[in-house]
Amino acid sequence: MTALSLRPARHAVPGVFVALALTLVIGWLVVLLDGGQLFNQSTTVSLLHVAAGLGLVAVGQTLVILGGSLDLSVAFVISLSTLVAAEAMNGSDGAMLPAIGLALAISAAVGLLNGLLVTKARINAFIATLGVGLLLKGYLDNGYDGPAGESAPALVRTLGYQRVGPVPLSFVLLLAVTAAAWFALSRTRFGHHLVAVGGDPEVARLSGVRNDRVLITAHVLCSLCAGLAGVYLASRLGSGAPRVGTEGLYDLESIAAVVLGGTALAGGRGGVLGTVGGVLLLASIDAVFNQLEVDAFFKQVIRGVIIIAAVAVYARRAMRKAGS
Amino acid sequence: MRVAERRPLPLRIRTDGIAPIVALLTVLLILIAFVQPDFLAPSSLMSFLGRSAPIILLAAGQYFVIVCGEFDLSVGSLVTAQVVVAARLIDSDPSRTWPVVVLLLAGGALVGLVNGLVTTVLRVPSFITTLGMFLILVGAVYLWSDGAPKGGLSEEFRRFGRRAIEDVPLLGRIPYALLVLVVVAAIAVVLTRSDFGRTLVAVGDNPRTAELSGVRVVRTKTIAFMLSGLAAAVAAILLGGYSGVSFQAGVGLEFGAITAVVLGGVALGGGRGSVVGAMLGALTLETLFALMNFAGVSGALRSTVQGVIILLAVAVSSLRSSSSR
Repeated sequence: MTALSLRPARHAVPGVFVALALTLVIGWLVVLLDGGQLFNQSTTVSLLHVAAGLGLVAVGQTLVILGGSLDLSVAFVISLSTLVAAEAMNGSDGAMLPAIGLALAISAAVGLLNGLLVTKARINAFIATLGVGLLLKGYLDNGYDGPAGESAPALVRTLGYQRVGPVPLSFVLLLAVTAAAWFALSRTRFGHHLVAVGGDPEVARLSGVRNDRVLITAHVLCSLCAGLAGVYLASRLGSGAPRVGTEGLYDLESIAAVVLGGTALAGGRGGVLGTVGGVLLLASIDAVFNQLEVDAFFKQVIRGVIIIAAVAVYARRAMRKAGS
Repeated sequence: MRVAERRPLPLRIRTDGIAPIVALLTVLLILIAFVQPDFLAPSSLMSFLGRSAPIILLAAGQYFVIVCGEFDLSVGSLVTAQVVVAARLIDSDPSRTWPVVVLLLAGGALVGLVNGLVTTVLRVPSFITTLGMFLILVGAVYLWSDGAPKGGLSEEFRRFGRRAIEDVPLLGRIPYALLVLVVVAAIAVVLTRSDFGRTLVAVGDNPRTAELSGVRVVRTKTIAFMLSGLAAAVAAILLGGYSGVSFQAGVGLEFGAITAVVLGGVALGGGRGSVVGAMLGALTLETLFALMNFAGVSGALRSTVQGVIILLAVAVSSLRSSSSR
């Protein structure tokens, strides 16, 4: 085990990009045969919008999963963040930046709580973040019946709908966040420590890594990403939505995207680039099915099959490598 | 209990594992006694146990999967799928009740078999396997019923979930659901004390060691998933009877069951805990809900209180276990 991790980290292209390319080519052909066009402006734009929302959450989720943890509270953090942002803005441009700051600060605080529960109280991450999610759910259910607040028009115009060619500003934001996370993981001490903690916490501790601090940081960053996704959704929806996170299944889908991207669920192996590939893969499948006007429920069945199949392929490859 | 006393072999119930959950349950019951003394009358207590039977069954099923180191996130969607399928197949025709019951049980076992084989043979982490199964089942059941449940359950089918043997001396009434629960619980306890149960814990504790000692890990884990699927099928039969047909029938039950199991002192990651603890965990959770109900806590705040209790209970037990190590 240790011999394996002593080898230099490989930076091979994760298989998810091969799958993504295949999906796009096959999808393009099938849509073409169906008499449609996969890569016109509107489908590309909506694909990238879907990817931006899920992507922001999934990049954050990658960090905690790499560290051997998990965050099931992201869906509620997203909803909370849309509400905080939209209510604080209340339709005024002047309040935009402070409101975004407030939404992010509250998200970060939730992340801090998650991190403390996982490290200091030593609660299993699954239960800790599920519990925190329940706390937030109660607050949201109790306080809100429907949309509340109003996003600043300037935010809606920029983050919500502005584009650079066919690329929405929100997707550029995702790329920036991904680049930052990639840099943090591969070039900073925090990143190396995080991967070490995820690989083997005991070895990391004995090597002088402050496991708790590293994991808490990862949780704060994960919640910040979810908060950012919430701000983005508030810009799209024009108001705060108390159930947007749970209805979008952002918790489970983000974990699926991370695993599709080749990050091991047990931690210690993977990266954010693969995650973005996983997110794009899920969004492309969505786009293809939308073009074919496939039943939404059938889409979900296929989605489930693809997630399982993809991870099974990874597992096979890992086994073969271990065997050789 | 009595069986255990007669045979002083390794069959004693280990009370160390379940003491905290028994204590918590007792505290909740004492609180209820103050808030709503009527609740502790035999007949209402029996009804409460009957109502709680589905989640207790799911917790028992989830126990087998968790103690061998896996997760089953598909049980909630399986319950929904089973209820909707049962309604459409029975279509209010009483003569189809028993064939459909058999079909549901077989379906539950089959879903468990697929979960188990994908997890063990294809080596997909069970979190992902059962998450995928969750998506597949929800999608499939909506697809099959065109977005709205069709048909109806027969009275014979609903009897298990909503009827009771009335006018029982001392106890007042015994819901059929409670009888089902007692039978399944007995089977579960016997299973955990059989060779299979010990093997299961060994696999969860250290799969490598278990494999080297000659345990067939693949088979053991697959059976655990099948047991969870079967438990979900039984829970679906009871829930369908009690609350009727809807797409919401099983929503969130997987997290409820996992929470209950962990509350009952079973370690996520496997290797530690008892099925009795898991079932008591589920009962405690239901008692907590009942107490909140009586205390007038608004339904919306329920999840907050639930979250706090879970975090506190698990934090206390994990801090205790790490300090005693």
